[in-house]
Amino acid sequence: MQWETVIGLEVHVQLATQSKIFSGASTAFGAEPNTQACAIDLGLPGVLPVLNEGAVAMAVQFGLAIDAEIPETSLFERKNYFYPDLPKGYQTSQMAQPIVGKGEVELVLDDDVRKRVRIHHAHLEEDAGKSLHELFSNSRGHGMSGIDLNRAGTPLLEIVSEPDMRSAKEAVAYIRAIHAIVTYLRISDGNMAEGSLRCDVNVSVRPKGQETLGTRAEIKNVNSFRFVERAIEFEVERQIELIEDGGKVVQETRLYDPDQDETRSMRTKEEANDYRYFPCPDLLPVMLDSAYIEHQRSTLPELPTQKRNRFETSLGLSVYDAGVLSATRPTAEYFEAVLAVCGDAKQAANWVQGELSAHLNRENIDIANSPVTPEQLGGLIQRVLDDTINGKAAKQVFAALWNNEGASADEIIDTRGLKQVTDTGAIEAMIDQVIADSPVQVAQYRDADPEKRGKMIGYFVGQVMKASRGTANPQQVNGLLKQKLDEA
Amino acid sequence: MAIEHADVLRAAHLARLGLNSDAEAAGYVDDLTQILEMVDRLQAVNTDGVAPLSHPLDATQRLRADEVTETNQRETFQACAPETAEGLYLVPRVVE
Repeated sequence: MQWETVIGLEVHVQLATQSKIFSGASTAFGAEPNTQACAIDLGLPGVLPVLNEGAVAMAVQFGLAIDAEIPETSLFERKNYFYPDLPKGYQTSQMAQPIVGKGEVELVLDDDVRKRVRIHHAHLEEDAGKSLHELFSNSRGHGMSGIDLNRAGTPLLEIVSEPDMRSAKEAVAYIRAIHAIVTYLRISDGNMAEGSLRCDVNVSVRPKGQETLGTRAEIKNVNSFRFVERAIEFEVERQIELIEDGGKVVQETRLYDPDQDETRSMRTKEEANDYRYFPCPDLLPVMLDSAYIEHQRSTLPELPTQKRNRFETSLGLSVYDAGVLSATRPTAEYFEAVLAVCGDAKQAANWVQGELSAHLNRENIDIANSPVTPEQLGGLIQRVLDDTINGKAAKQVFAALWNNEGASADEIIDTRGLKQVTDTGAIEAMIDQVIADSPVQVAQYRDADPEKRGKMIGYFVGQVMKASRGTANPQQVNGLLKQKLDEA
Repeated sequence: MAIEHADVLRAAHLARLGLNSDAEAAGYVDDLTQILEMVDRLQAVNTDGVAPLSHPLDATQRLRADEVTETNQRETFQACAPETAEGLYLVPRVVE
């Protein structure tokens, strides 16, 4: 039988606010345990949460970026459950009236195939603390868990998709698209290793052609692009085998174990979760007027797909180049700054993806911290375009800029005498010298079959370039050499 | 809507309330049944076109600026915790 995979995702994005969603405690990562958990985060009696406008603005910006409806009113509710890292006994979240309504995200798949994924809604909620299960014991020697509540109350935007994805690859493309949007908007650092973007994956299978959805399993907390793909692939295979062996998929929560590369059922409790949502009496309805929403809209940057499309259509970049250069906002901004100086998109694209990327990768430096500024690189490309230097010298200039051996390409070209020699007389003189110094090679060349001469001329080009310390124009050298060697 | 003994036990369990005896549970069955009967009577009111009311106040949520205003008060807060170690609150071991 042919099976079809159906995937929906819940992505939790940690918002890049300074303070928590309902308190003025810091959200900075990596602080000493419990030094950023205030009375509100701890759920002490008598405290009152007050909603962080920064978190609201970020959620609205996300909504606008995915073309979603932003309802005038949204509401906070309490999701009740007991766990030690949730000191209040409930998570303040949204259900009936979330801040972001239905929207849409465009994915770019292999071969530039586009696919639209519907977003069901996105809502604001608070994160829980962290439980550390390392060995702690109390004064009576009983095993204890340690609780760090620094993360409690950190704002999260939970983005819930419709079950629109049909393969692990599409699911990964979707998460990449969400990642690109939230990092372009700068509403999250998108750091998956630090848990800034966490995914719950709903997976089911159904016979191809069947309308109704199969029973789904939810895989919790898959925290890297690679694990999302592997967890889905494992789970799909498990479900198909189970059904083909006459079994039934049960609706349950499973955990992906990267070490074993498998998903495992989390012990299903006898009772299904019953969160008993109800409106949070401490938080009044949030009203957003159109002026506020329009103000947020005015802050939106050009978004990843818009940029990608523009790079392809107005700049004429290849699908591949446009994809790479628009992948992250810092890369796109660097590229555009180079382009602004040099005016040649293809050259700018080549230099950013070639020489610059190679240097950045080798030294593991982020493009935002590149020792060569976009202005410097743009200036260098200008000198290539106007034939001031040749390609070989350009690489030398780039290396010098990288090592901070000069403030600009022009300065380095000047001090090192790298200006390309295009004066025919000067090049001819060097060629004559090389010919005079290489009687053996000249004789060999002249004896050779004309078809083989093309390769043999390389030796002479090399010698002339060496004599010019790399500054001769290679095309000119080639042409003049041919003339002189062939004329005899 | 009738409420039964098992419903009371389940609600108590979800809220982590310990009921001391069957008699205590039976008392809640009676109380909750009466409350639900009153809700049933309210259901008779025609609410077509009336938006659900989440709060009785005619007010909306105030927002605060995104600024860090709290300082570290860990020592004060942990003074009333039963057990702490290395800055962490200790609780009976939880295993998923």
